[in-house]
Amino acid sequence: MQLPSSDEIIDDLAFFDDWEQRYQYIIDLGKSIPGLPEDAKTPDRLVKGCQSSVWLIENYNGEVITFDVDSDAVIVQGLLALVLAAYNNKSPKAILAFDIDGYFEALDLERHITPTRGNGLRAIVGKIQDLARNNV
Amino acid sequence: MSLDVAALRAQFPILTQSVDGKPLVYLDNAATTQKPQIVIDALVDFYTTTNANVHRGAHHLSDEATRRYEGARASVANFINATAREEVIWTSGTTEAINIVANGLGQLLAEGDEVLVTELEHHANLVTWQQACRRAGATLNIVPVFDSGELDIEAFDRLLTANTKMVAFPHVSNALGTVNPIKQLTAKAKAVGAWVLVDGAQGIAHGGVDVQDIGCDFYAFSGHKLFGPTGIGVLWGRKSVLKDWPVWQVGGEMIKDVTYHEATWGELPNRLEAGTPNIAGAIGMGAAVAWFQSLDVAALRRHEKALLDYATKLANDFEGLRIIGTAKEKVGVLSFLLEGSHPADVGFILDRQGVAIRTGDNCAQPLMKRFGIPGTARASFSIYNTLEEVDSLFAALKKAKMMLA
Repeated sequence: MQLPSSDEIIDDLAFFDDWEQRYQYIIDLGKSIPGLPEDAKTPDRLVKGCQSSVWLIENYNGEVITFDVDSDAVIVQGLLALVLAAYNNKSPKAILAFDIDGYFEALDLERHITPTRGNGLRAIVGKIQDLARNNV
Repeated sequence: MSLDVAALRAQFPILTQSVDGKPLVYLDNAATTQKPQIVIDALVDFYTTTNANVHRGAHHLSDEATRRYEGARASVANFINATAREEVIWTSGTTEAINIVANGLGQLLAEGDEVLVTELEHHANLVTWQQACRRAGATLNIVPVFDSGELDIEAFDRLLTANTKMVAFPHVSNALGTVNPIKQLTAKAKAVGAWVLVDGAQGIAHGGVDVQDIGCDFYAFSGHKLFGPTGIGVLWGRKSVLKDWPVWQVGGEMIKDVTYHEATWGELPNRLEAGTPNIAGAIGMGAAVAWFQSLDVAALRRHEKALLDYATKLANDFEGLRIIGTAKEKVGVLSFLLEGSHPADVGFILDRQGVAIRTGDNCAQPLMKRFGIPGTARASFSIYNTLEEVDSLFAALKKAKMMLA
């Protein structure tokens, strides 16, 4: 399945009127991205939160940055899909220009991306932004 | 006498709030307990009427602040049946309390010495000793637990040797809720001449801690897990041991005489309390202790047992739920896994329904590894929780199971 764009996701999530449907949508979105094979989940790719773990592989082809991600928790995997929708296949410049906090706020999910949540999401966003910064 | 839970609950203003439109069900009490109004008032009152630095009594306010601050120390000493108030050292919490002892021990250990801890440890009662041993070239031994979460006492006996200088264990396991036989373990350790530290972070709020009866040398606990403020805790130490224990931080308040090149240390408790202390925190903790002591501890314990028994029964009836930690002696904690679901996901879905629990490694990574699990979902109960709240937990879990299937 083609991941919807960040704008489409904002529209989709605004359409639901209860949290269950919203979380179900996020879980389904997470299931729609491929994840990583077990042997790719190496320690150097691990971003460990105290609640759940996330693995990230990034690749820059000189034009756009692409990412493969995986998490051991399905809601975190869904949140990662939201991050991918914003960042995947974008130029470093576009990545840096994107307002990720505003995006999560628009999705009413900002509590998941606060630095205090131990799910590794904030660290992943930081890693992606660093990579973009180094390649502008 | 039975406990009037509604009246008790009414003293905790935070418990009346809603989360996402659902009544807050606060089941993260092993992380921190909520505060009764009387503790909140003590903090506000101190800053409103009494704030001044202590032990520098050139004026009325300083005298009054010192009186309240030392009064709180006396309340805590009385609460745990210490023989003297100077056995109570104020710390920032359990972690700092254990660090004071471990830092000193690191200076007293020699190569070939041993320290004994258990597989149950919170990181605070593990990394401290591990690093002290590394610095001194001493050996850290670990007492295993059974799958139930109970300590293997035979292994404890085997690992306890004439070389064992320090034995440390939790009163109650934060991750599993196991209540350890601390008197029995202490007696064994004292028989080989080792010092004994009990990590009381999870034990203190269940009442009835008597340090003389336990027989240990050190008992460490936090104010915030005992209905008091954060940032304040206690190291209780036996006076004969504490008076010569290597000093921890150095600076003001803890010295006797100072020249530019030399210093001598003051008496207990000051020698282990450098700098301006957390005066308001100590007074708040004193208020929490006084409040807790006014309650009927036997009734509290019956109520806590009823909550855990009921939660355990519902957990056993819940298909696909596995309890982690099934010790016969347990208090306060229900750690579990939902088959096929990550604990973090369970926590998210519960949070959306107003149910606050802890998820993850419970600050006990080696223990989680021992059980071969990434972590647990942990519901932990306190005296103000109700059986209805246990029902809410399981109703929320039912929804989590449905959504995460």
